[in-house]
Amino acid sequence: MSVNPKTPNPTVRNPLSVLKSRLQGACAAAALLLAAGSLAQAQDLNALIWCDHADPALLQPFEETNGVKVNVKEFEGTGAGLAIVEQSQPGDWDVMVIDSIDIPRGVEKGLFEPLPEDKLPLADLFPQVKMDSSTVVNGKRYGITEKFGYNTIGYNKTKVDPADMQSLAALTGDKYKGKIAIYDYYLPVIGMAALAIGKKTAELTEADLPAIKEELLKMKANAKLVGEVTASQTALATGEVDILVGGGEWVTAGLAKENPALDFSIPKEGAVLWSQSLAMFKDSKNKELALKFIQYIMSPEGQARLATSSCYWGMPANSKAALSDEQKKILRFDEQPEFLARAQSYPAPNADLDKKMQDVWTEMLQAQ
Amino acid sequence: MSAATKSERALPWALVTPALGWTLLFFVLPFVAMAVSSLTAHEAGGFTLSNYSQFFANPSYWQAMVNSLQVTAIVTVISVLLAYPFAWILAEQVPERWQRLALMLAVLPFWTSYVVRSYSWLLVLAQNGVVNRALTGSGVFGEPLQLANTRLATVTGFVHFFVMLLTLTIFANLKQLSPSYRKAAADLGAGPVRTFLHVVLPLTLPGIMVGAFLTFVLCIGDYITPQILGGNNELLMPQLVMMQIGRRGDFPLASALSIILMAVVTIAYLACARWLKIERA
Repeated sequence: MSVNPKTPNPTVRNPLSVLKSRLQGACAAAALLLAAGSLAQAQDLNALIWCDHADPALLQPFEETNGVKVNVKEFEGTGAGLAIVEQSQPGDWDVMVIDSIDIPRGVEKGLFEPLPEDKLPLADLFPQVKMDSSTVVNGKRYGITEKFGYNTIGYNKTKVDPADMQSLAALTGDKYKGKIAIYDYYLPVIGMAALAIGKKTAELTEADLPAIKEELLKMKANAKLVGEVTASQTALATGEVDILVGGGEWVTAGLAKENPALDFSIPKEGAVLWSQSLAMFKDSKNKELALKFIQYIMSPEGQARLATSSCYWGMPANSKAALSDEQKKILRFDEQPEFLARAQSYPAPNADLDKKMQDVWTEMLQAQ
Repeated sequence: MSAATKSERALPWALVTPALGWTLLFFVLPFVAMAVSSLTAHEAGGFTLSNYSQFFANPSYWQAMVNSLQVTAIVTVISVLLAYPFAWILAEQVPERWQRLALMLAVLPFWTSYVVRSYSWLLVLAQNGVVNRALTGSGVFGEPLQLANTRLATVTGFVHFFVMLLTLTIFANLKQLSPSYRKAAADLGAGPVRTFLHVVLPLTLPGIMVGAFLTFVLCIGDYITPQILGGNNELLMPQLVMMQIGRRGDFPLASALSIILMAVVTIAYLACARWLKIERA
């Protein structure tokens, strides 16, 4: 910085007074920044999301159309998401992505706002994924299914016989021992184990757990690893394993271009239907904008972008999603009616059974 | 009491207050919150000891602690055995002017992200990875070995990290050792091996123990390495803690398990402090 020679020599100032004036300046600047921040916050939409909603290709069109910023925070697992909400101030969050089966948990805690059904494209949704038993509580709709898919058998069709993948029995036989990975999430895989022993996922009780545990232990004995999303996806993509128990289009579709050999089956015993929903917070300060966001995500364009998100692909809940023919082929869009007919609901245990299921899962993980 | 004396007495408190405040805010308060949470029933609320009794009643939970202790012990021992000779070579065999560069090269892996390093090991140890290709290519084994997603992989990832840490603590200890001790031992007729066993090793034990204790603490509480490299073929305590939070949000049980883990670390510290008197080091 140059000094203007015409400026009179500054008086030598007391260092404390210099410090004081600088502190005042800093405080003023901080106050300005905070004011600007709170102003921006009033125009922002704050969303608690899963990673598929963080894709700029999904968010940018909404932001540009509405002249707003969507602030996102990713989380994994309903418990972790609800913990974030509990640690926040009321009104901090506007919308949330949540497992459809967990919407009643949020309603019980008084977190969610009923959604106006007449302003949502409910008639365009695949009927089987509306999940009214979870998304509607006491006659009010608190969530809308936005994306779904299957926890089933994902596999490399050049390494395994696709005919074998039509039965869950292949997972516990000797033929593919050491070639299997298990997706590390207890509810869907317990659902698959239940299907393998002929149980209905919607009717599971504590009495079913010993048989389910036995089936899980057989799967574990054949498995090379039990991995979370990235680990299991990597294992299948790199050829470390040829089969992923609990895999489906969410693993194989996004990798279709790089690895067209990856595919999934809906075995004769069925598959577990997963679905994620959007909900609006009761304390949201931007309810109008939050509803606009939900409407955008549920629109044919938003649905296509969400379905093909860079994080993971999945079937759009809206049957009119604006997907290209190639995208539909990868997602096996036209086969959905048949798949949905054979799929069973995601296990939705009460808190007590949920805990027992997780303990069974822990035992399976610890088994050698 | 004069004003000057008062001010002299107040000064140390003024200086230590920020550190005390920091500790209170970021350690004591969270710890108390965790302790209270561990004594609260999940969802229902209210006082309960069930979060602790679950740990002792459930063999799978116990097994997680056993696994953690086994892995930590193996990692600590292997890391010390590898780091000591390495630090000794750096301190004694590498010329003074090259030591700085050698140390920098030794800690080079610290410069990469911990997560990236763990995933890199996964690729190295994978079925189609460098190690298996070398083993099958050279004819040592006909079939690739399962190296990734095993306890061996977890231990390898840990050892890679902790050898660097231990090398630094042992190297610092070796450099502080006056050459006079060795000269005196030689004057008294001790050979190199006897000098090492009776002079150098006992004097560098504090450095080894400080490094080993740090390794123990960091290793037993680490979630990332076993999660990425272990393939969940066995659960360690940090994984068990995380498991309670993900879907169910069972913070009370997670808190109880964390406090049990902290108790084990405290016992390890007390054991080290008493036997090796590192508190006076």
